[in-house]
Formats: sequence, structure tokens, C-alpha cells
Amino acid sequence: MKKFSTIAVTSIVALTAGVSAAQADKLTLYCSAQEDWCQLMARSFEDATGIDVNMTRKSSGETFAQIKAESANPKGDVWWGGTGDPHLQAAEENLTMAYVSPMRDQLHDWAISQATSAGDKTIGIYSGALGYGYNTDLLAANNLPEPSCWKDLLKPEYKGHVQMANPNSSGTAYTTLASMVQLFGEDEGFEFMKGLHANINQYTKSGSAPIKAAGRGENTIGIVFMHDAVKQAVSGFPVKVVAPCEGTGYEIGSMSIIEGARNEDEAKKFYDWALSTDAQNLALEVNAFQVPSNTGAQTSPSAPDMSTITLIDYDFKTYGSSAERKRLLQKWDEDVSTLPQ
Amino acid sequence: MIFWIVAGWVGFCILPWYGVEDGFFAFEWLIDGYPFDEDYAPAAFLIGQGEKLWLAPLIIPLITSLFALRRKKSDPLYAKILIASGAIGFGWLIAQGFGIGIRGFNFEWLMALFGDLGDRQFGMGYGALLLASAYLFLFTQGIAARGAINGDVFVVSAIGGVIVIVTVFVFLPIAKMLLAAFITEEGGYSASVFASKFFDDRLWGLGCMSGARCGAAWNSLFLAITVGILTTVLGLVFALVVTRSGFRYKRALRALTVLPIITPPFVIGLALILLFGLSGTVTQFFADLFGVQPTRWLYGMPGVLIAQTLAFTPIAFLVLIGVVEGVSPSMEEAAQTLRANRWQTFRTVSLPLMRPGLANAFLLGFIESMADFGNPLVLGGNFDVLSTEIFFAIVGAQYDQGRAAVLAMVLLFFTLSAFYAQRMWLGKKSYTTVSGKGDAGVHPLMPNGLAVPVFIAAGVWGLFTVVVYGMILYGSVVELWGVNNTLTFKHYVTAFSVRFEETGIRWTGAAWDSFWTTIYIAAAAAPLTAAVGLITAYLLTRQSFTGKNAFEFGTMLSFAIPGTVIGVSYILAFNVPPIEITGTGIILIVSFIFRNMPVGVRAGIASMSQLDKSLDESSLTLGANSWQTFRRVILPLLKPAILAALVYSFVRAMTAISAVIFLVSAEYDMATSYIIGRVENNDYGLAIAYSTTLIFVMLAAVGLLQVLVGRTKIGRRTQFGAKEQT
Repeated sequence: MKKFSTIAVTSIVALTAGVSAAQADKLTLYCSAQEDWCQLMARSFEDATGIDVNMTRKSSGETFAQIKAESANPKGDVWWGGTGDPHLQAAEENLTMAYVSPMRDQLHDWAISQATSAGDKTIGIYSGALGYGYNTDLLAANNLPEPSCWKDLLKPEYKGHVQMANPNSSGTAYTTLASMVQLFGEDEGFEFMKGLHANINQYTKSGSAPIKAAGRGENTIGIVFMHDAVKQAVSGFPVKVVAPCEGTGYEIGSMSIIEGARNEDEAKKFYDWALSTDAQNLALEVNAFQVPSNTGAQTSPSAPDMSTITLIDYDFKTYGSSAERKRLLQKWDEDVSTLPQ
Repeated sequence: MIFWIVAGWVGFCILPWYGVEDGFFAFEWLIDGYPFDEDYAPAAFLIGQGEKLWLAPLIIPLITSLFALRRKKSDPLYAKILIASGAIGFGWLIAQGFGIGIRGFNFEWLMALFGDLGDRQFGMGYGALLLASAYLFLFTQGIAARGAINGDVFVVSAIGGVIVIVTVFVFLPIAKMLLAAFITEEGGYSASVFASKFFDDRLWGLGCMSGARCGAAWNSLFLAITVGILTTVLGLVFALVVTRSGFRYKRALRALTVLPIITPPFVIGLALILLFGLSGTVTQFFADLFGVQPTRWLYGMPGVLIAQTLAFTPIAFLVLIGVVEGVSPSMEEAAQTLRANRWQTFRTVSLPLMRPGLANAFLLGFIESMADFGNPLVLGGNFDVLSTEIFFAIVGAQYDQGRAAVLAMVLLFFTLSAFYAQRMWLGKKSYTTVSGKGDAGVHPLMPNGLAVPVFIAAGVWGLFTVVVYGMILYGSVVELWGVNNTLTFKHYVTAFSVRFEETGIRWTGAAWDSFWTTIYIAAAAAPLTAAVGLITAYLLTRQSFTGKNAFEFGTMLSFAIPGTVIGVSYILAFNVPPIEITGTGIILIVSFIFRNMPVGVRAGIASMSQLDKSLDESSLTLGANSWQTFRRVILPLLKPAILAALVYSFVRAMTAISAVIFLVSAEYDMATSYIIGRVENNDYGLAIAYSTTLIFVMLAAVGLLQVLVGRTKIGRRTQFGAKEQT
């Protein structure tokens, strides 16, 4: 009995313990951008302010799920990076708090309109346009013409060569769907999706997977955010980036302060700092090719030149709302995904 | 008993009641305001200062338990006092823990009854923990004193302990999560929500009969059955080669079969893509040879099937090797003496005796395939399975936790059906072969008709594994896998560089932080997993008590559910008091213990059902109690099972992904989540270099464990190629 007791105690002791309450001068950052960018942001903020940063990197969907699960007792303070939709969703569910930063007058209009559409609960920190990229080797090997417009992708010779993510699982693909609806109108937009469906070889789960597959030579054309495609090209894969001629939609990478943050003051300091020119210029040091939201910040020379891209007037308020999203996704499920390929 | 009463008093009066913020193993509280500071005070001091008065009733059962001290065990009052004290104390502890939360009362009716509390609780700490265990074990001792399980204190306490921890760490979080299936968008509960999500065409559609796509549920089921059968057959093949043939390089074969479980899952997927993908080496070779267009045949069912079979065969092998070795040669010799030829012996004696192993191996393969997430993600193509659907229902563009819960229920239903089918098949037959009686002899060789296909299968599969791992190793030393094949060591340097300075070694590599955390967590989780698993297996095979089936079912639950669901459910359940462990290393350890425990249980059950009960009985007759019997008789005979449980839990703790994604924090980042981050960022070289390093580390660890645990000699057998065996 005695020996068992000791085993029982040690095992149970190792099973439970608690952590609670807060301490001054530290910040828990949930980061949804790429790993090295997140690291750089966290370390630079520490250097700039002396506040200790605990950074955890997860994809935006994962972070959203975590913040929602933790909402009774929030553990995070600031959520930086990641596509805007989950940030808007968090705002809609009151998981994030409203804050008007004094830095606002330095920002592009699109960053502020992101904030106003969410009752100031989130703000734009970078943007990236939707487009596609193709593997130049594979295109040549299959004697395919170079595509340059959205409608080019409907041509029958591309059958089995196009990949995009499943809008049910990926924010990127949902942005594609919503962009097509806004670009061509709802009826024609869905006709486009149906035509595209015939050429699609796979709907991937993750948003950037199509272009990664293209980089590795597993797929010819991938519909993704252009900065993801640029990253493939810069990494050394034979990928060419295309800004579709009809114009295109875009995402706004966002930042929010979590409702009930334990270190609210530090969170606001980070928020203001992250909107500054210095902080946004850090993107140049890592392979991040998005357009920063501060008007004074620089954009990487490899990034797609936004002046040559026709951007649609993307309505984030409407298409970011959960009702509209549910409706479009259901329509896509019923009208498009069930068609034979 | 005295031990637990003292422990209870210590927990109440000396140790800090609430969790210490700096972490479980930080002892700063000793010098920082203890025992009067509210954050560190023991319950007795809190009450003395007029704080947290709801803790006060906890002292009553502690006092009443003292009355049992002078009484004899046979005194009916002794049992009654212990049961009452334990039950009331434990009950109140739980009730106050769940009733009063972070914002005062947790339930509206409590609020209505007592008004606003105006106070809050934190997560429970050492004191609460110790007091809870004290009450629990006082209670079980009372039950034992009343004569339950022949008054066996060890067995009753073990059952009580396992039930409590399984309830807390398995039932509670999963129930919380699954409840989401019935929640409407407005936050109410409704069965129709469940129905509409359950009867979704994406789940049950049968379109694949007519060229379109099938629902995820059918896909998963079909895949899991196929994988279960394939891995069991291959596992048996390897086990036979190792135990029943004159094959020379058994060690190499063993190492080879262990390789896939020590591999971070998506690495196999990547290697398969580079071999068989559209631009894969093998695909291109055959395309050129036959002049056909390369296709994307790998993406979908074939790819997932290959990857999962590769990944899960070792688990079947680990379960089967113990069982195949355990079949007593004397039985086989008896058959041969009765003029059965080798084939007849194998078919009518050896094979039927391996049934528990076969059934358990199939069950594990089936469940693993159901819950596997990494391979379908990388290779699935348009072949949707439940586990990935669940993941993207939670983190995808839909944000539909209800759908995730419904899918998880479907998955759970399949798993449980498999579990019951396995039990039906095994039936109530006896598979005991290791008895206390003389057990000399030699395993017969396989019959020729069997040996040839077995060797071919083992050879082909072994070669395939070698090629896949060759690719992985190669991938870690080239500049950019598949594009720029210049040899380089830079990925290893980036990840694992060290600098020697005057102050000592500085770990400058990018991967060290997550590497050490992973090792530490895995090393902490492995022995605990094996212990909990084997004790459970012992209870299940050797003791009979009411509710045994439900108990067994409960221990399998956490294994059968995909990691993602576990991850989210752990956050939901353990982010608020009374158990507040999110963001700590402990939540990782706990999740590993309860996710991997079932393998220990399965391996233990398979081995223990071969050990004759007369061994226990003779030990008990000779005056040993059940703990001594377990310790001195059963445990030594279980060494293969212990090894399997240890190895498996250590390795899984290092390679698991899906649950971990939600549980890692800045301080406790795991290797796999770091690797996934690198893959997302196109750093394939670094990711693969890191994975390769992990593979070697785990190989070393497995070898070390093998030496530490030692091999067991069942009976006085001489093996073929005895030198390699021992």
C-alpha cells in the first residue's frame, strides 16, 4: 500500500497545478503571420519598450478558435496578423475590444475602413491582393499558354491544372469567392466558379497550399494571395506571379486587442507601436511581401506593385459578416461543389 | 490510512491552497509572504484571515476521519467513518470548485439563492490536490474495509484513482466539447441543430458510387478498415520473421519497423510526394519509360493509404511481437507430437492463440487511421475524411464548432463499434499460455508455404521503408528539396548550432528551445503514461467489478478522438478554475498521458491475457498481497508491454501535432508545432533537418529504454539465433 501511495501521489501531483493572476510589464502576443516575422516583431517590441513579450504563433483560424475557447478567462492580450475575416468575426462575437489608436491619421484609408466596419475592434496592418501563380516549368512541359486574366483559367486546356483552396476551410478561398461575386456580380460570379470547378484538380484545405504545390511541381496554377506566390518565387521555386487583368480582391491583415486582456496597457502600447513606420518597416527584413498600412512605411521591392493592380472596392463589412458568408458558402456547396468534374 | 489522514492535514494546513502562478515547480512562494499572503496561503490560513470561507467545511471530514484511527478494520463503524468522511470531503471539494468560479458563482441558481458572492477563486494548487487525493483514498479504503473486491485496498484504491483521473481529464473535457453539437447560433440548446448537421450530405453522401464524391464518414470508415487490416497483416509478418525464422538481421529489421512511428507524420507525406507525386522521381521514371503523362494518382485515397500503412504498421508490430513471443512453445510442441505438420500447427494452434494480439492490433490501426490528421492533410486531395473535416470546422472559414462536435461523435461511434466488434470476436475464450508450469521449448519455424510470402512481404515493405527514409535524409542535406540539389549542412547549422564561450555552451540554434521543451515533456509523460496504462490494464484483465465495461470504454475515449478536438476541449475545460492549467507544460503532459494511455492499456491487456491467473493465485496463496503480486509477478512478465508503452508514449509525445497546436504556449513550444511553422514558411530543408534529428534522438531514446527496462525471458526457451535475441 505504501509504495502504491507514493506512486499515486507523485503521478497525481504531476497532473495538476494552477497558474493565475497577472503581473506588470509583460505582454502575451498571439501572432498569425509567418514565424520569422512574428519573432522579429516580438523581439523588436521588447527592445523598444522593455516589456517582455510572450509570443505564440498560430494560423489565424487556430488563433480565433483559441481566443473563443479561452473567452471565459482570456490568456492573450493582443492578436497581431492574419487575414481580416477571423478578426471581423471575433469583433462580431465581442471577443475583442474597441480601441482608437492615436496613430490612425498615419494609416491608409483601407486600414481605417477595416476598423470602422468592426466598431473599432480591429484595424488593418497590411494588405495583400488576390491573384494566382503558376509553375513555369510545368506550363512549358504541357505546352500551355501563359494565363493573365481570371477568365483565362476557364479555358478547357487548363483542365486538371488549376488548384484553389476549399472556401469552407480556407479564408483565402472565401476571399476568392467573395471577390468573384463582387467583380462579376453574383450570378456571373457563380458561373465563373462553376467553370473554374471543371478545371480544378483539387480543393486544398489550407489557403496557401495550391501555390506551395505549384512550387514543388505538383500542380500548375494555384489561386492564392499574390504575396504568398512571391514568397515561393523568392525562395527559388519556378513560380511566376499573375495579377489578373480584370482586377481582383484583397485581404486586410488585421490586429485586435482581446477583450478582457490582462495587460491592457501593454497591449495598447504594442498596438500603437505596431502601426508605426518603424515597426512596419520590419517586414522588409523578413520575406513578407504585403503592403503595410502606415502610409510612411516601405514596401518590399519584390512585392507585387500595387499601382499596376486594379483593386475592386472590396466590401469587408458585408462579405465579412457571418450571415453573408454562410449564404455564399452554402450556395457554393450546393451549386458548385456538387458538379461533376 | 494514517498516511492519507496526515496527507490531508498537510494539504489543508501547510501547502498553498491555490495554484502558484510561477509554475508548479517554482518554489519562490516559500520565501515570498508565505503563509499569510493570499496568493500562497494554505486553506487553514485563508479561513483564519476570514477569506474564502467556503473552504471551511472541508475541515469537518478531516476531523471525523480521526475517529477511525483507534478502530479495528473489522469494526463496521471503521468503514462507515472512512466512507462518509471521504465522500463528504471529496464531494464538497468538487462542489465548491465548480460552483464558485472566476467571477463568483458559476450557476444562476446559486446566485439566486445566496446573492452575489463578491469574491472569486483561482485554480487549485498543491494543497487542494493533496487534500482531494487524501479524501479519495480514505473513501476507497472505507469501501475496501466493507469487503469490496475481497477487501483489497490496493485494487480498490487503484480503481478509484483511475476512475477519478479519467473522469477529470477525459470525460469532462470531451463532454464539454460534444455539448457544442446541440447549441444553436443564439446559444440555446436544440436537438434539431444536431439533426441538420448530422444528416448533412457532405457526411453521408454516396456519390462515389456514381462518379461523384462520397461523404467524409464513408471515406473514413473504408480507409480505417483497410488500414487496420493491412497494418495487422504486415505487423504479423514482421513479428513472425523476428520470432519464427532463421532470419539473420533481426535487429536491423526491428529498427526499420520502428522508424515510422518516430517520424513526424507529414515528413512521410512529403517524402511520398517527392517519390510518387506529379513531379516525383518514380512517377517521372515510369512516365518516361512508358511514354505516358504523369498523373496525380497519389493525391487521394491511395496516398493516404500508403502513408498510413507505413506509419501505423509499427504499432501493430509492437503489439503483436509480445503476443507472438508469448505463445507457449509447449503448446506448439504438443501439436507437433500429435503429428500435426508445421502448417497445421500454425493454423490451428499458434494463430488462434494470437487472436488477442491480432484484434488489438487491428483496433489500434483502425483508430489511428480514423484520428490521423497529418497524412490526409498532405496527401488527401479531394478525399475528405472526418479528422480533417473536424479540424477545418473549428479553424476554417466556417467557425462551426457544432459541426466539429457532430463529426467527432460520428468518428467516436465508428471507433466504439470497432471496439465492440473486437470484443465480440475475441469472445470469452482463454488465450492463456504462460502458466507457472514448465515452459521449456523452442518456437517452431514457420511452415514453408507461409514463410515465402511472409519474407516477400517483409522484404518489399522493408525496402520501401528504406527508400522513403533515404529520401528524407537526403532532403535534409540539400539546399532546396526538389529544386536545388546542392549538398549543404546549413539547415542543421541554422537549427542546432552551439557556441562555446567562457561562460559555457550557448545554444544559438533556432530549434533548441522547442527541442529541450519537447524532450522534457516527453520524458515526463512517458513513465506516467506507462504506469497509468498498465495499472488500468491490470484492473481490466485481473479484477472484476461493476461498471468494468464503462471503465474500459472510458479509457479508450481520448485515444479515439482526433487531437484537434482534444486540444480545443482541453482549453474549454482547463482554462478556468478549479483546474487552470492552460499555458503550462502540465497541460501538455496531461494531454499526452491521456491520449497515449490506451496504447499502454491495449499492450498490457494483450500480454496479460496470456499470463495464467494461477500465477497470481499462487502468489496470493503464499501470502503476498495484490500489490506485491502485481509488483513481483505480473510486472516482470510484462516487460515487453512496458517497453511498448514507454516507447510509444515517449515517441508520440515528440511527434504529435494536432492536439498540441492548441496547447503550446510561448514558454512551452513543441518541436512539431515549430516544424509545421517552418513548413508553412517554405523552410522545407530546416523542417526536414529538424525531423531527421528528432528521428535519431528518438532512436537513441528507444535503444536506451530497451536497455533500462531489460528484456524478459519467458520460460526457459532457446530461440533461433539466440545470440541476437538476447
